[in-house]
Amino acid sequence: MNWTAEHASRSVSPFRQVDHVPMSNPTEMSNPTKTSNPTEIKPAEASSMPGLRLKARFPLLTLIAQRLLLSILLLFAVSILIFGGVEALPGDFASTYLGQSATPQAVANIRGELGLDRPLVSRYVSWLGGALQGDFGTSWASKNSVSEQVGKRLGNSLFLAGFAAVIAVPLAVGLGMLSVHFRDRMPDKIINVLSLAAISLPEFFIGYLLILYFAVNFGIATFPATVYEDMGLLERIKTIALPTATLVLVVLAHMMRMTRAAILSVMSSAYMETAELKGLSGWRAIVKHAAPNALAPIINVVALNLAYLVVGVVVVEVVFVYPGMGQYMVDAVTVRDMPVVQACGLIFAAVYILLNMVADILAIVANPRLRHPR
Amino acid sequence: MPEPSKSLLSVRDLRIQATSYPPGEAPKRITIVDGVSFDLEKGKVLGLIGESGAGKSTIGLAALAYGRGGAEITGGEVNLNGTNILALGKGGIAKLRGARVCYVAQSAAAAFNPAHKLGDQVIEASVKHGLMTKDEALKRALYLFRVLGLPDPETFGKRFPHQVSGGQLQRAMTAMALCPSPELIVFDEPTTALDVTTQIDVLAAIKHAIEETHTAALYITHDLAVVAQISDDIMVLRHGKTVEYGSVQQIIEAPQQDYTRALVNVRQATRKEAPDQSRPLLVVDDVSAQYSNGFKVLHNVSLHLCKGQTLAVVGESGSGKSTLARVITGLLPPSEGKVTFEGETLTPALKNRSRDELRRIQLIYQMADTAMNPRQTVRDIIGRPLTFYDGLRGAAKTARVKELLEQIEMGTGFVDRYPAELSGGQKQRVAIARALAARPELILCDEPTSALDPLVAEGILKLLMKLQEEQQLSYIFITHDIAIVRAIADSVAVMHRGRLVRFGPKSQALSPPFDDYTDLLLKSVPEMKLGWLEQVLTTRRMESAGN
Repeated sequence: MNWTAEHASRSVSPFRQVDHVPMSNPTEMSNPTKTSNPTEIKPAEASSMPGLRLKARFPLLTLIAQRLLLSILLLFAVSILIFGGVEALPGDFASTYLGQSATPQAVANIRGELGLDRPLVSRYVSWLGGALQGDFGTSWASKNSVSEQVGKRLGNSLFLAGFAAVIAVPLAVGLGMLSVHFRDRMPDKIINVLSLAAISLPEFFIGYLLILYFAVNFGIATFPATVYEDMGLLERIKTIALPTATLVLVVLAHMMRMTRAAILSVMSSAYMETAELKGLSGWRAIVKHAAPNALAPIINVVALNLAYLVVGVVVVEVVFVYPGMGQYMVDAVTVRDMPVVQACGLIFAAVYILLNMVADILAIVANPRLRHPR
Repeated sequence: MPEPSKSLLSVRDLRIQATSYPPGEAPKRITIVDGVSFDLEKGKVLGLIGESGAGKSTIGLAALAYGRGGAEITGGEVNLNGTNILALGKGGIAKLRGARVCYVAQSAAAAFNPAHKLGDQVIEASVKHGLMTKDEALKRALYLFRVLGLPDPETFGKRFPHQVSGGQLQRAMTAMALCPSPELIVFDEPTTALDVTTQIDVLAAIKHAIEETHTAALYITHDLAVVAQISDDIMVLRHGKTVEYGSVQQIIEAPQQDYTRALVNVRQATRKEAPDQSRPLLVVDDVSAQYSNGFKVLHNVSLHLCKGQTLAVVGESGSGKSTLARVITGLLPPSEGKVTFEGETLTPALKNRSRDELRRIQLIYQMADTAMNPRQTVRDIIGRPLTFYDGLRGAAKTARVKELLEQIEMGTGFVDRYPAELSGGQKQRVAIARALAARPELILCDEPTSALDPLVAEGILKLLMKLQEEQQLSYIFITHDIAIVRAIADSVAVMHRGRLVRFGPKSQALSPPFDDYTDLLLKSVPEMKLGWLEQVLTTRRMESAGN
């Protein structure tokens, strides 16, 4: 309750609120007792809307719970899309496996063996049921457990993407702030041109360029970037230097430019003028006053790029022969190994949704209006 | 007026220019401030007054050697204690800002950083400039919160900007400016965005704080009645030039220039109310309304309006006065009660209303420029209702548009202009013509003059009255300005927190005995006379002592 509101409520007692001056035509006037009794309405209002009260009391928790629920629903919808999409792909495993000369009988045998003769819905339900328990079935091609393979490969992919993120995110945000500080001057222009060049080249091209110069011409980096289970951390990092550099170059520009745009839009607000008129240094104004307000859009673009790192790693893994999820999935697609393709698709989707959900929640938490309700 | 030699701030022949980029033309150099000179002594207040575009904010910011939005100080001197601050380097200016000269912005809500606590922002400049330690600054902030009458001064600084009201924010902004004990504060319309009942408190707090701390101030406003309460001297500006410069007493009581006289005498007119208010055109019968989330915004409102008359609906922001207009237009269907028009119940929801029902009630908005499509010409804007309601096209439509332009006293030359080429007052006139094009019986005017300068607003009000007389129009005029109510209304409805507090013919509604709220509202409206603020505050103190 603020001071002015208190003041006003003190001066207006609820029973003297309607003070109708006599009119020449009183027939249309309302019944004053009805108008002046607010207690008639208030209890009904409060009790009829428990949901509203909960929402009003914990706005932050309600919003976060909403995001969680939405994400789960979305993941469910995506699972249907993946299953249906893979099902709708032309060609099938049996004919690819047996080659062109296969007899119809042999194809039917294999289809029966893999359970492909069962109706679509029942296959979806059993697949989803298994997936929920972490069991993605058996690979048709290798007869290995998909979950086991995915476990190893996912670790590799996340390591590569994570390492790239650790370098790219602080670098992008830092460069973004730097280019705001020097906006429209030389450093800003250089940063902009370089980042535009990096974003304009496709990642496989950057990959091959890096291989050409650093692995072939100068011989200071390792290629192929194949890692093994018993590798030490340092050796592992040295091995993945080139794919990491490729990924960083690809995502850096987008994050950097969005950081710059977010901070610049904050810079034009009245409170930044206040900071300037307080005689604060330009750097302090950016770090202390602009950055916290630019946080939500920056978090969003960072999450989008992290998701891209995990998913977009597919091409980079193939280029660098890195044993991650991407390569696993590409191999499976070529032989129509559906359980593997479906598992990879679902995991990629889950990572994407999870990262976006985290970004949403962080952006909600970063909003002082929601963090500190009135 | 002070001697130049003794003055704290001495501005000499100030000239400020900017480059404007009109669409489709070569960039132009425009002069915002031209040859302005004044002096300000320690502990004194100089009021800068003028309409928008007069250059008053630009002069205020020049005292901090700052040019907003590309404005450049191209000539003259700004001497602070004998040093020309325009000649200082970047570092010297930064040392000055927030330490020796501070600025209070019009919208404190926008000028505070939403991400930081109020207390941290209030003491930031003092600590960063090394004027005091953090503890000393906190102590001073606490003292200032007390002086400015903020609630719970001990914990006030721990709140975020969105957690306090607009009036409190404006006072916190004043505390922020006072914290480093500056020699000069520039107040840029500090109470313009506030309700009148809040404005008087903030005004009193600012005046008290200035007296308490012996700080000199530049007080910028477009409201002469406000500046008369707080200043020692007044400078009247127009188009970047000085019109008149003198003591408060001279300006208010013996203005020399025609322009100043017009400002002093604005809205002195009072219209005689219609004697017969017994045959209602519009009846609002026991109407309540709520938002879709169940929040109730209007509680059992009943009132009526007669043909050819004006009902003024008065209240502060959040009082429900605009919601009432939304209910009458059907934008927000009432949850209880009904609205009747010429004895017939109006369809509650806009989308179910017949074309004729729509035609009879039209709206004019506060912000004429956002209520018009910037890519349509005046002909399209006014012509649209002509086609929609009357099926007019081609030459017949253009002829009618020109006729309407004559009615709003703008002339037919404006037919092919775009809104961006019109002034604020002209845009509002076009909005009026658009409403008239539908041949309405009732026009709802939602604060149509509050974004306009006083003299322009006066022109719009006169136009509305003329049209009313010619066409027997009825108006519901939503406003927070009591002076406008006195000037145009036949009957008055006072709203407060979604309820109707008072309703009746103007002569009775605006004369005692008052209910508490109407009393507070009427007493808070600044009057164009010296010592009004002290008088009100004294009465208040005596009343609270009497209680």
